[in-house]
Amino acid sequence: MSRYGALRVLREGLTGNRGWQPVWREPQPKESYEVVIVGGGGHGLATAFYLAAEHGITDVAVLEKGALGQGNVGRNTTIIRSNYLLPANTAFYERSLKLWESLERTLDFNTMVSQRGVLNLYHSDAQRDAFARRGNAMRLAGIDAELLNRDEVRELVPLLDFKDARFPIEGGLLQRRGGTARHDAVAWGFARAADQRGVDLIQDCEVTGFDIDGDRVRAVRTTRGPIRARKVGIAVAGHTSQVAQLAGLDLPIESHVLQAFVTEAVKPLLHHVVTFGAAHFYISQSDKGGLVFGGDLDGWNSFAQRGNLPTMERVMSSAVAMLPCLGRLRVVRQWGGVMDMSFDGSPFICRTPIEGLYLNGGWCYGGFKATPGSGWCFAHTIAKDEPHPDNAAYTIERFREGRLIDESGHGPFPWAH
Amino acid sequence: MHRIRCPFCGARDETEFAYRGDATKRRPPDDADEDAFFDYVYRRANPKDWHVEWWHHTGGCRRLVKVVRHTVTHEVHWTGWPDQPPSLPDGAP
Repeated sequence: MSRYGALRVLREGLTGNRGWQPVWREPQPKESYEVVIVGGGGHGLATAFYLAAEHGITDVAVLEKGALGQGNVGRNTTIIRSNYLLPANTAFYERSLKLWESLERTLDFNTMVSQRGVLNLYHSDAQRDAFARRGNAMRLAGIDAELLNRDEVRELVPLLDFKDARFPIEGGLLQRRGGTARHDAVAWGFARAADQRGVDLIQDCEVTGFDIDGDRVRAVRTTRGPIRARKVGIAVAGHTSQVAQLAGLDLPIESHVLQAFVTEAVKPLLHHVVTFGAAHFYISQSDKGGLVFGGDLDGWNSFAQRGNLPTMERVMSSAVAMLPCLGRLRVVRQWGGVMDMSFDGSPFICRTPIEGLYLNGGWCYGGFKATPGSGWCFAHTIAKDEPHPDNAAYTIERFREGRLIDESGHGPFPWAH
Repeated sequence: MHRIRCPFCGARDETEFAYRGDATKRRPPDDADEDAFFDYVYRRANPKDWHVEWWHHTGGCRRLVKVVRHTVTHEVHWTGWPDQPPSLPDGAP
């Protein structure tokens, strides 16, 4: 398959665009594979790609019950960043951000990574101190962070409410390397690049069970027949509990619904990703011009991909409290996604008690930014049968051992993270 | 918007309540082993189905209400006092 580029676009444009081909095959599942990945979303596709690209394992199938990239990779607010406090998180998310920075060249696909900067606003002295601490932790880990005062924030984002806000803005913590990426293109780019390296992407193939022999996984049962595999990776965030239960595992995860919103398109008015410090709210402007934003979980267990009005009202009031100019904009789309909420707000990339069965899940609502890092670390864990140091802390056992990675300090309440 | 019938106050909007999670878990005795506490605090069935759960009526009588609610349709089937055994619909697992 030829590579993408300006010359190719020019040639296709002059010949009536008749030369474009489907960018991945639609293979029939084989009887057996070296590695089967359950879940054809961002993380599953990234894992398959890095298994082939980094570890030379190309006898891989990705099984997807619907169509590729139709889950949370296609329904998020597209933010990428690595502005974490705890060492386990800074190392992992910084690896992911570094992979984002070269992702387009790696995949030969325009994922529209835009390092426009992520700005967290603070509204009190205590919050400033907490942000200064987090910024210092980031800088010690070699990650960029700048603590801005009120005037510096005002210069950067003049439309914020600096006049008579209920929670006046005192300043912000800025990570300039953070930003956004085109979420669907991430799924498509990983899918195309994995397919080019020989990975079979099998759609409309739901996993209905695992064949486990003693304590070792031998095969997966699917709606398209059984498929033997030496190793099986689960990457189905949103429904991790359901798939893990097919293998007899009850995990520290609850599923919750998170909403996101897009307004009508307007000319550029917001050049950064900005988060509110007085309530849970985050916003950016897409390249099409729509303002993309979200807030808290609805807050109760749900597998419905839709939200509820009280949360919507809370999000809208946060929006106009932070950026009063949004008050006249119309919201044109709203949707919900099902989140794997873990009990400390941090994910799992690990082995399981069953030999040959690996787990990737519990992403809470931070899964999108993690996509390349998650795929890279999960591929390493599967290929070497042991975690990379950057994901070694993301085990299931951390809860039993008391090694929680509780970034927000909310305790064992999944709906609070 | 869920409407939840508090056995003390009557039917109220969900905004009067604070969610408190899975109501099938029982705190083990103080001298129970680590595994029992791990199970109580962290292990969840997380059903894509009927879910027995706690809602704290923080904006009303401040009592805990036991609720049977569906996690896909969001239908509230039953509410009751904390010590009442929950009533599940026919055919529920």
